[in-house]
Amino acid sequence: MIGLLIRDLRLAVKAGGGFGLALAFFLIVSVLVPFGIGPETGLLREVSGGVLWLGALLACLLSLDRIFALDWEDGSLELLATSPLPLEMVAITKSAAHWITTGLPLALVAPLLGLLLNLPEDGYLWLVISLLVGTPALSAIGTFGAALTVGMRRGGLLLSLLVLPLYVPSLLFGSMVVSNGASGEAVGTPLALLAAISLGSLAILPFASASVLRVNLR
Amino acid sequence: MSLSGAVLPWVTALAVAMVVGGLIWGFFFTPNDFRQGATVKIIYIHVPAAIMGSGTWFMMLAASLVWVIRRHHVSALAAKAAAPVGMVFTLIGLFTGAVWGQPMWGTWWEWDPRLTAFLILFLFYLGYMALWAAVENPDTAADLTAVLCLVGTVFAVISRYAILFWNQGLHQGASLSMDAEENVADVFAYPLWICIIGFGLLFICLVLLRTRTEIRARRLSALIAQERMA
Repeated sequence: MIGLLIRDLRLAVKAGGGFGLALAFFLIVSVLVPFGIGPETGLLREVSGGVLWLGALLACLLSLDRIFALDWEDGSLELLATSPLPLEMVAITKSAAHWITTGLPLALVAPLLGLLLNLPEDGYLWLVISLLVGTPALSAIGTFGAALTVGMRRGGLLLSLLVLPLYVPSLLFGSMVVSNGASGEAVGTPLALLAAISLGSLAILPFASASVLRVNLR
Repeated sequence: MSLSGAVLPWVTALAVAMVVGGLIWGFFFTPNDFRQGATVKIIYIHVPAAIMGSGTWFMMLAASLVWVIRRHHVSALAAKAAAPVGMVFTLIGLFTGAVWGQPMWGTWWEWDPRLTAFLILFLFYLGYMALWAAVENPDTAADLTAVLCLVGTVFAVISRYAILFWNQGLHQGASLSMDAEENVADVFAYPLWICIIGFGLLFICLVLLRTRTEIRARRLSALIAQERMA
């Protein structure tokens, strides 16, 4: 399992692995937002938390179809399925690898982009915390979506249609943590619920992902 | 097939009679509300459509569970057949709500918890149907959509209650509950109940019809496959 994780991380960091694409996408979305809604700092301050969460979510979505696609193409997914490692563990390892290469760096660069979008000072800490707590759910849900659409032609578009409605609760609580934190209100409840969604997704969705992988590998 | 074939015309006739009867009663033989005027009458479409919009998803959930546990092919086809019906009911609910909201709340759309949850439910229907359409092998498609339906239900319910934290609503609360102290007045409630039952029957009739079509299509493709083998 650790070996699989290290292999996936290595593949992602190598050239053509797509690592960094999500970060660049996140940067571009954050830069484009002021062009769309205007450069007034007051307005940007209002929306920055939500925009950063939305940008992180879309950046996460962008790299989802790579979770299983390459392994499917070269047949290593079938090897993984026949290996002694249960497919559920494969799914959770894949989610972890996706999170380490996407969610974690997104959370770490988010404050920099918060600067661009004039995020209020009190919001930075909560932005990083909410992304760290919330993005594992995005990776776990995304792994499920990727497992559903693996091997499908034009699966990418379908993947976003399937996954985005599932992202609603995470996005809602995540941006609530940031906006509450930025305006000095209590963040305990949304943060706890955000963590609950992440933990619940990590606990349950690997089973769903493994079952649909088995169907798709049949 | 024989039972559903025998029942179908009766259910259809009853559904048409109750929907038409309920709507005529509601539209022409009930008084206008003293504050809402004639717009109150949209309730006879809006409420039944909304009930069936969410009810259809639960029927799909039950059918998906039956498929996952017992692998009964008809249940998978019934879930597939129900999805577009549910989507249309959801759309009708959203549309009539917007038409009523414009004169009453002064806005076509409001990010109210109920409205938002229904819009998300609509997106779930779209994704579910898109997945059915994208997979060629019918058994694979049935398995994948069944799991999607189970996972989707969990997230739809979470979203429904998560949204309550996010925005407080304009939408009025339940007004047909058995235990509430204040419900909609009887003069409106009787035709409304008839419309709700009528929409339910309409749903049954449409799903039966569509499931029978799916079964026939499945038989036809099996026959074609046999022909090719021979």
